[in-house]
Amino acid sequence: MKEKLKKTGVKVRKKRKRSVNDPNTLFAKVLAVPSLAGVLMFFVVPFIIVVYYSFVDNPINKHFVGFENYKMLFKSLAFVRAAKNTAALSFTAVPLAVVLSLMLAALLDSKIPGKSTLRSFFLSPMMVPVASVVLIWRVVFAYKGTLNAELMKIFEIDDLVKSLGAMPLDWLKSPKCLIVVSLLFLWKNLGYNMVLFLSALNNIPKDLLEVAELEGASALWRMIFIKMRYLSPTVLFVTILSLINSFKLFREIYLLTGANPYEGIYMLQHFMNNTFLTLDYQKLSSAAIVMSIVMVLIIGILFTTESLFGHDVEE
Amino acid sequence: MMDTNRLKKRRNLSKMMKKAGLAVLTVFAVFSAIAFMLPMVLTFSNSLMSQAEINANYGVVFKNATTGKTFMNEVVNLKYIPDIVSFDQYRDVLLKSPDYLLKFWNSVMLTLPIVIFQTLVALGASYSFARLTGRLKEIVFFIYIIVMLMPYQVTLVPNYLVADKLGLLGTRFAIILPGIFSPFAVYLLTKAMRRIPKVYFEAAMLDGAGEFRIFTEIVMPIVRSSVYSVIILIFIDYWNMVEQPLTLLNDEAMHPLSVYLSRINNEDTGLAFAVAVIYMVPPLLMFLYGEDALVNGIASSATLK
Repeated sequence: MKEKLKKTGVKVRKKRKRSVNDPNTLFAKVLAVPSLAGVLMFFVVPFIIVVYYSFVDNPINKHFVGFENYKMLFKSLAFVRAAKNTAALSFTAVPLAVVLSLMLAALLDSKIPGKSTLRSFFLSPMMVPVASVVLIWRVVFAYKGTLNAELMKIFEIDDLVKSLGAMPLDWLKSPKCLIVVSLLFLWKNLGYNMVLFLSALNNIPKDLLEVAELEGASALWRMIFIKMRYLSPTVLFVTILSLINSFKLFREIYLLTGANPYEGIYMLQHFMNNTFLTLDYQKLSSAAIVMSIVMVLIIGILFTTESLFGHDVEE
Repeated sequence: MMDTNRLKKRRNLSKMMKKAGLAVLTVFAVFSAIAFMLPMVLTFSNSLMSQAEINANYGVVFKNATTGKTFMNEVVNLKYIPDIVSFDQYRDVLLKSPDYLLKFWNSVMLTLPIVIFQTLVALGASYSFARLTGRLKEIVFFIYIIVMLMPYQVTLVPNYLVADKLGLLGTRFAIILPGIFSPFAVYLLTKAMRRIPKVYFEAAMLDGAGEFRIFTEIVMPIVRSSVYSVIILIFIDYWNMVEQPLTLLNDEAMHPLSVYLSRINNEDTGLAFAVAVIYMVPPLLMFLYGEDALVNGIASSATLK
C-alpha cells in the first residue's frame, strides 16, 4: 500500500516537473512582444526599406538602378572627405581611449589611498552633458583663448609673432581641432572604460598572481603575461564601445564649432545632416548601408582577432 | 651576521623604493583627478560671476565668432574664482529668461518618456531573453546587438523614414518612439537576468509560484541595481542628445537644451554658464545617489556575448 502510494506520488511529481521546468512559458513569450514589435517597426523593417531605396533611382519611380547610387556616393567629394576624417579621428581617439583607460584602471588597481574618491572623479565626466562644458572648452581653445595666451606667455612668442608675422594656432579652425575633440572624447569616455577594465582586473584569479609574484615575476611581467590574457575580451569590448562612441563625436564638434566646421573636421554625421536637408534618399540610404557594412566588418575582424588571441583563457 | 645586515638593508631599500613609487603614483592620480574635475568646477565658478565680469574676461572669445587672424593684443583671462560671488545669473535664468527654462522643459519632455518606457519595455524583453531557450531566441538577440552597435549615422535614416511615413516628423514622438525601442537596455538587463541561477526559477515553480510572481518577487529584487544603472545610462544618453533633434525636429523652438546651449550669443554668456550648471545637476545628482549601482551595471556589461 505504502509502496504503491509512493510510486504514484513519484509519478505525479515527475509529470509535473517536466511541464514546470519548461522555461518557455506563454508569459515569457508575451513579455517580449512590445520590444520585438518596436524593434521591427523602427529599426529592422525600415532598414530593409533603406536597402531597397539604395538600389532604386528614387522612392517614387522605384526604378532599379543596380549599384549606381553607390557609385555616385563614392564620387561625392563630401562623402569621401567625411569618411576620411571620421576614420582619422577614430584611429587616433580609439587606441588612446583603450590604452589610457587601461592605465587609469591599473592605477586604481594599485595600492594608492583614496581609490573610491578617485574613481568618482574619473567617472563623473560621463555624466556631464557636453553642452554644459563646451563654454569652458571654447574659452580655453579659442584663437584668443587661454591656451594660446598661456603658450605665448611661456614661450614669449608675442614679440616673435609680431616681428615675423607668424600667428598662433587657431585650435578650433585648423587640423589641430582633431586634438581638441579627442581630448574632449577622452575626458568623457575614459571613466566608463576604466570601470570595465577594473572589473576585469578584479576577476583575474588572485592565486595565479600570487604564485607569479612568489616566483619572482615583476609587476610589469605579471601585467603583460597574466593580466593581459585575461583582459583581452575586455580590450575587445572597450575597443568596440570606443569605436561606436567615436562615431558620435560629431556632437562635440557641432557644439564646439557649429554646423559648418573647418573642413578638416567635417564628419560623416555632418554629411548625413546636409543630405537630410536636401532629402536625397539615394545618397542617404546608400551611405547608411555602406557605413553599416563597414561597422559589421570592423566588429567581425575585432572578434576574430580576439578569439585567436584569447581563446585559451575562456571559462 | 654581516650577511643578514646586508639583507635587511636591501629589504629596507626595496621597501623604500616601493613607497616612493606609490607616492609618485598617488600624486599622479590626484593631479589627473583634478584635471578631470576642472571643466565642471570652472563652469560652476564662472556661473557665480556677474555678466560684467564674464564680459571683461571672455568678451574677446564670444564677441566675434569669426575671429580673423589678428594680433593678440587682447586675450582671454580664464578666471578660477569670481571677484564677487553673485547669484544674479541664476536669478535671471529662473525669473527673467523663459527661453532657457522652456528648452530645459523640452529636454525633460524628450528624455523622461524614453527613460521610463525603454526601461519597462526592456524589463519584459530581457525576462524573455533570459528565460526562453532555443535557436530563434539566439538569433533575435544577435539582431538586437547589431542594432545596438549601429551608429546614429545609420539608424537615423530608418528612423527618419518611419517618422515620415507615420507623419511624426517635427513632433517629439519622432525621437521618443525609436528611443523607447532602442535595444540598449534590453541588452544590459538580459545580461543581468542571465546571471540569476536557474535553480531559483525551478524552486519557485515547484513551490507553485506563477511566472508573474517569479518576475516581481524573484527577478526584480535581484536586478534592481542593474535597472537603476540602466536608467542612469539611458538618461545621460538622451539628456545629452544632439543628432536626433537636428535631423528629426525642424522647429528650433522644440530643441532640447543640449542643442540650444551652444547657440548663445554675447549678451547671454553669463546666463549660459548658469544654465550649463543647472543642466548638469540632474545627471550628477543621479550619479551621487547611484554611483555604486552604475559601476556594477557598467561592469556587468563587459562582454558582448
